[in-house]
Amino acid sequence: MSGVSAPRVAFGVTLFGLTTVPLWVGNSYYIDVASQILLFAVFALALNVLVGYGGLVSLGHAGLFAVSGYTAGLMLQAGFGHAAADVGAVLMTLLTAAVFAVLALRSTGIGFLMITLALGQILWGIAYRWADLTNGDNGVSISTRPAPFGISLAGASSFYYATLVVFLLAVITMTAFARSPFGASLRGTRDQARRMTALGYNVWMIRFLAFLFSGFWCSIAGLLYIYNKQFISPQVSALQASAEVLLMVISGGTATLMGPIAGAAIVVVMKYVVSAYVVRWSLVLGVIFVAIISFMPEGLVPGSVRIWGFARRRWRARRKPAPGAPP
Amino acid sequence: MTALAVTGLTKSFGGLRVTNGVNLTVEPGERRLIIGPNGAGKTTLFNLITGELASDAGTVALFGRDITRSACRRRAHLGLARTYQIITLFPRDTILRNVVLALLGLSGLRWNPLVGLDRQRHLATRAGEALARVGLGHIADRPLTETSYGERRRVEIAMAMAQNPKVLLLDEPFAGLSIDERRDVRQLLAAIPRDVTIVMIEHNMDVALDLADRVTLLHFGEVIVEGTRAEVVADPRTREVYLGE
Repeated sequence: MSGVSAPRVAFGVTLFGLTTVPLWVGNSYYIDVASQILLFAVFALALNVLVGYGGLVSLGHAGLFAVSGYTAGLMLQAGFGHAAADVGAVLMTLLTAAVFAVLALRSTGIGFLMITLALGQILWGIAYRWADLTNGDNGVSISTRPAPFGISLAGASSFYYATLVVFLLAVITMTAFARSPFGASLRGTRDQARRMTALGYNVWMIRFLAFLFSGFWCSIAGLLYIYNKQFISPQVSALQASAEVLLMVISGGTATLMGPIAGAAIVVVMKYVVSAYVVRWSLVLGVIFVAIISFMPEGLVPGSVRIWGFARRRWRARRKPAPGAPP
Repeated sequence: MTALAVTGLTKSFGGLRVTNGVNLTVEPGERRLIIGPNGAGKTTLFNLITGELASDAGTVALFGRDITRSACRRRAHLGLARTYQIITLFPRDTILRNVVLALLGLSGLRWNPLVGLDRQRHLATRAGEALARVGLGHIADRPLTETSYGERRRVEIAMAMAQNPKVLLLDEPFAGLSIDERRDVRQLLAAIPRDVTIVMIEHNMDVALDLADRVTLLHFGEVIVEGTRAEVVADPRTREVYLGE
């Protein structure tokens, strides 16, 4: 054993793999699938702030994701530039998240879940029914992707790299957040809200700020989505989309960094790759979820770590019998 | 100036008056013991003093400052700390992290999303000192789930003491402890310096009697007897409440 630890090696290999995806995948369809995994991973990481660290299960996050995509799409259609549309989308999503938070944080647990569900449904209703604004079921199309620093993102590979940069920024931010005093405060409100208040913390404000932080990364994910598809329609804001991203978080492992990323990968691969071979791909996805919940109730990533550790101990115990044990 | 002054404090749950016009005056540095049978309203009184429950009537003042309308979290910043009868700790963290959270609660650092909490060595050092004072310094890094009930009681006290409170409210600090553990906790409480005012609830009067300067007997939400140890023990109403004579 030299000074290189296994997690570091894994991290290096993963980073190398991610940066070379367009080289070894080749087919632009699959490069696009990789972009979607990353953008949904950003979305899942955003939701994980509330679900994992805050203990607040939201079923309205697809609404925030859609607000961002729609705002950007509609502003671009109205003739605004990309920079203005992106800033507008982020601000609009933050505003919506603030309204969501003020209404939903009157409660926790099931109450919080039901209020976010209702608010998400209102946004879906707006996207679907307010056709004058949102173009209803036909959705909103945009004609161009932005070209930051003069680099065109029109191709699948260049868009993938842009998404990767944003994804890595999200991962770095989430890591810093989880390790920070504020992250510890948020986890404290999840585990012992009452004690936190008695210790001098403003529990409501901590949750509110966490909601805004989550909303910010939802808006970034929503922007990546509309630029990736160059199209957005009401189904993005539907309850099923909220449930899907929640399943990404829960199946991968809440309150972990890798969990939501793994969850996003599973769902997106099922949706865009397996669906090409299996018509009832959602059935396969369901079976996978049931298997994860049965064998790794804590989620795929922490569950795998646990089982790997268990297997390794067993393997070592078998190779080296304990001293004094009968031969 | 009195450390803690409670006047006419009243709280009802539906038709039940759990706290009924309670008056309580605790001098700085005093050790006050509040006793009373089950359901006397002892813990409710604590919840009203800390602001975890809102009172229906009456006032609470901390060192002359009216805090009746102050939020619970605000009172912590004004120097009020408490422990819980039902242990209320952070089960997923280590003992040390529990105490660090107590320290962080009064620090502006708690809003910081950028720096690493583990890098704030001064918090860990102070938390370690607080744990050493309650005799848990050697197991500071142990996860809370791997600690005994008696150790958790002491973590409760360490968290409250780490906040450097002016007034410390202890809700049955001896509940559920063995005889040896009780002795340790009693020594621990006796060693708390007199610049901390202590109000302590106990269900069993004999457990903590020798720690108290004055004793208040609470029954059905009202103060029945108040006085020095000897006065309260000798009072026939105390015998009546406790022995039903």
